[in-house]
Amino acid sequence: MEPGMIRLLVIALYMVLLLGLGYLANRGFTGTKKDYLLASHSIGPFLLLMSLFGTTMTAFALVGSTGEAFKEGIGVYGMLASSSGIVHSLCFFVIGVKIYGFGRKYGYTTQIQFFRDRLESNFIGLLLFPILVCLLVPYLLIGVMASGTVIQTMTSGAFANEGIFQSDNPAFAGGLPPQIGSAVVCSVVLIYVFFGGMRGTAWANTFQTMVFMVLGLVTFVLIANKLGGGESLLESMRNITAKVDADHTTRMSMSKTKFFTYMFIPLSVGMFPHLFQHWLTARSVNSFKLSVVCHPIFIMIVWVPCILIGIWATTDGALPSAVMAKIKPNAVLPALVKFHTTALVGGLLTAGILAAVMSSLDSQFLCLGSMFTNDIVDHYAGKGRISDAVQMWLARGFVVAVVVTVYFLSLIANRSVFTLGIWCFSGFASLFPIVFAALYWRRLTAAGAVSGIVTAAATWYFLFRESDFGANGSYALGIPYTDGIQIMPVVLMFALTVIAMVVTSWLTRPPSKETLEKFFPETN
Amino acid sequence: MKLLLIVLVALLIILHQDNWYWTDPTLIGGFMPIGLLYHVGISLAAAFVWFLATIFLWPK
Repeated sequence: MEPGMIRLLVIALYMVLLLGLGYLANRGFTGTKKDYLLASHSIGPFLLLMSLFGTTMTAFALVGSTGEAFKEGIGVYGMLASSSGIVHSLCFFVIGVKIYGFGRKYGYTTQIQFFRDRLESNFIGLLLFPILVCLLVPYLLIGVMASGTVIQTMTSGAFANEGIFQSDNPAFAGGLPPQIGSAVVCSVVLIYVFFGGMRGTAWANTFQTMVFMVLGLVTFVLIANKLGGGESLLESMRNITAKVDADHTTRMSMSKTKFFTYMFIPLSVGMFPHLFQHWLTARSVNSFKLSVVCHPIFIMIVWVPCILIGIWATTDGALPSAVMAKIKPNAVLPALVKFHTTALVGGLLTAGILAAVMSSLDSQFLCLGSMFTNDIVDHYAGKGRISDAVQMWLARGFVVAVVVTVYFLSLIANRSVFTLGIWCFSGFASLFPIVFAALYWRRLTAAGAVSGIVTAAATWYFLFRESDFGANGSYALGIPYTDGIQIMPVVLMFALTVIAMVVTSWLTRPPSKETLEKFFPETN
Repeated sequence: MKLLLIVLVALLIILHQDNWYWTDPTLIGGFMPIGLLYHVGISLAAAFVWFLATIFLWPK
């Protein structure tokens, strides 16, 4: 049998396994909206850790990091992995735990419910809903794009005898086209999310996180041994790393200020709506402890092998010269897996890569439905006026509409997963001052939050357009009157948001005494 | 304790900037670029700082 066909069958089996998991989760479903969206606050420390980690580690972490290390070298780890180890846990600790407390106390399911209550404003929901959905679109897009590329690369040759799915690029010829691969991945995730709700998503996330962590390490060992050709893993790694040029084993061509300002980007987890929902599934405050401590270590376990594989891919002979001449960063990891492992192992490793993608897509799909029903349908129709069953079907309809939009965008988008991810995270990071101020600054007003959100959205769109919507992958801002100092665009977005929010809040009437008593009881 | 945590996180962020191994191509153990190993150390230090936070600053 053609190796590409064997890999395709393994991928298909993995998809069937996930559908089975969704069916099992559906059997434990109590039949209520709260159980569907928040698993009735029943998620313990281990499931919470795996859900949060699986959700934050998407195509960006495996496919994106390997591709970017292939381009830029080891500096990519410091830019996003070690900085995320510091900042993600900081957000879980400073934002997540506090939000969980308010969510349990006042019955919130979504971010917008919290902001409406804290800021005494209905309008904030109408403003924030489309912005959060629009920012989630590029996040969904990187998952859908990566899954299509990975499946096409790994199944190339599967249909060579039939003479269909031909391509000029030898890495893709005879492989399942991305329009089919992406559609299958989206459909499978939609089905198990619709069947299993948050409990199914948490189970699937845990299962898939274990799959991609274990198979990621297996991939690393197999590729190291194949590329290095030594008698032991250590000898192989020495052989192959010795061939990497100094440009990739150091950060000599990387801007120091740009590197430092990447530190702002992981702040995005403070405003991810899907993480907000995961935080509220926790059984207790203590459920967060394991996530806060283990998150930096888990990031390290996933990213270090990817970075090393990425720099090894730059060496002569790592990939056939015909492939190397046309390869794009998104295809580096699947191409290495395809050329250096057997068909069966390659299929399993592909399932591992897809696991990382799908463990993020599921939370985002569920979150979109949750936002639509709670923040729009339930809020404007009147709480309880539309039955849970009807609301769930409306939520599913909205999610399908967004996913179909993303799917068609993925067919025309031609961007690096890494670059698109950075722009998406920058948008969420620019909203971080709003959630931080809502929790820690009594003086924040609805007008202040609105001006901050509008400033963040407008600045993000302006700069994204300046970068030709992500086509310019190395886009950065030059600081005037300096010797070419560059910073990431997120710094300007963040700074302008803070200024607009603080100035407007000071110029407007402070929140009511009741609201301050409700959200700042310790200072009353 | 809150002040200590703020100092430790600030220290992590300063150390993360890493001006020592920026252009050093040394391979530790013959395979691990020293700049990458340094940042692996930062990841482990971050886990330790957050471990301290869960012991001394955890909310009720």
